[in-house]
Amino acid sequence: MSFDWMKIPYALLTVFIVFNYGLLLGAFIQKIGARAGRRYGIPVWQNYVDLIKNYGQRTSITHGVMFYLGPVFRLTGGIGLLLFVPTIYGSYMFSNLSFAGDLILALYFVFFGTLGMALGAGESGHPHAAIGITRGLSQVSVAELPFALAVFAVALQYQTLSVTDIVAAQQGGVLNWTLFTNPLAVAAAMLAFLGSMMRPPFDVVIAPQEIPIGPPTEYHSAYLALMQTNRAIFPVAKMVIYMNLFFGGATSWPEFAVKVFLLYLFSAFVGVCFPRFRVEQSIRWFLIWAVPLGVQAILWV
Amino acid sequence: MEQELKPELQKRMVKGPDGVEFEVEPLRDYYCEALPTVQHGAYFKIVEDFFNWARAQSLWILGFGTGCGAIEMRPLMTPRFDAYRYGIQWRPTPRQANLLVISGYLSVKTLKRAIRAYEQMQSPKYVVGLGSCTINGGMYWDSYNTIKRLDDYMPVDLYIVGCMPRPEALLAGFEDLKKLIRAGKAEGANQYAEKFDWYKSNQKRVIHDWDMPDYNW
Repeated sequence: MSFDWMKIPYALLTVFIVFNYGLLLGAFIQKIGARAGRRYGIPVWQNYVDLIKNYGQRTSITHGVMFYLGPVFRLTGGIGLLLFVPTIYGSYMFSNLSFAGDLILALYFVFFGTLGMALGAGESGHPHAAIGITRGLSQVSVAELPFALAVFAVALQYQTLSVTDIVAAQQGGVLNWTLFTNPLAVAAAMLAFLGSMMRPPFDVVIAPQEIPIGPPTEYHSAYLALMQTNRAIFPVAKMVIYMNLFFGGATSWPEFAVKVFLLYLFSAFVGVCFPRFRVEQSIRWFLIWAVPLGVQAILWV
Repeated sequence: MEQELKPELQKRMVKGPDGVEFEVEPLRDYYCEALPTVQHGAYFKIVEDFFNWARAQSLWILGFGTGCGAIEMRPLMTPRFDAYRYGIQWRPTPRQANLLVISGYLSVKTLKRAIRAYEQMQSPKYVVGLGSCTINGGMYWDSYNTIKRLDDYMPVDLYIVGCMPRPEALLAGFEDLKKLIRAGKAEGANQYAEKFDWYKSNQKRVIHDWDMPDYNW
């Protein structure tokens, strides 16, 4: 089997586009949240400036090897997730390095960054980081349950583990989307989506008022900048998965931009409407509302 | 003047849960003893100017209210004054913040915490003294328990006068601080490193229960 080397620069181009889109989108959503609170909110370019500032800090300290690797793992999770699923369906340039079993790999990468972060934050030795990561892992684990169930339902429905094939099966009209062919799976996955986007009501992990900023308490300078970079890429990568699995994928960049924006807006909308859950409340909420939907989706298929 | 250390900070033998005895010396084990050094900017002036511009446009304030003036910072986060549109945000941890606002009078007890917070921040870092109390003691000028001049204990880049200054004054002050940073004149962290002994002797003169290392990262 010959490898198409040209795929690598194209995949990097995808990462570059998604990175910039993610930075702008993040600021834009924050602005929308601010407007809901009757503020102007940050300028749309603020995320770029913060990133440059953090890379430009003159000092940084370390707590050990894992402390270095934490943000690196996190960024690997984000970029890996993006690289192994097709971003634009039917495009040679932006199909990235997708292959037959990429759905399984994507499921793994969604979790990968959190695990790396747990090790890194653990080594920082700060009690707030430990509390934050405990909360984060419990919440992400339980939010992963309905998502995994929904993904299995979709995989069973289309009898494939390739994201490209799943997108292909949804082409030819809005009614072919998984949203309409398997609404239960989409409902379960969208509830899980809320849990992993780090917005209210599920943002207790980084809750600044109770535990200063959670896992990244000790992270600063370039470490923090790496994590901010991931913060731009990872949500978009995750929404690419959602878009591909449930909303018919995207055949062009404008379609991609609109769908990802609407998905992000969904979590922001829920976020400004509802107050924050504590971790045990959110776990109970996921187990009661989201997991049964996922089980039903599998049974329905 | 050497002080008697608190029991939990003294060197002692500890028996672990697995029965192994080991020695713990908290001041040495839990802190890094390296003293601050002068940090030079980027080699090319244009790069450093660019970084300074970014630093000015992204002021992350440590959410640590030291005195009554802290109440004037809260309206800045709310719709009426909304400092976020000027690139000013609040961070809950000193590691990520680059601006320490000493908001009002500083009691000796709080000074200790303020020093620790300041030293944990990463360079370049800025200090703003808010209110008259940080300049000359203000209405607490004859108090036995507050410091009079903040400048003696940490390098202050900018004072905002008033008792207390209104949020508008704070915003104007932050805009002035931005000008200083952009001009490369806000080098407080390096000043602190250069005159470290002077600052430490001043700090130790008022803090009588000094039970921490000289510089805690």
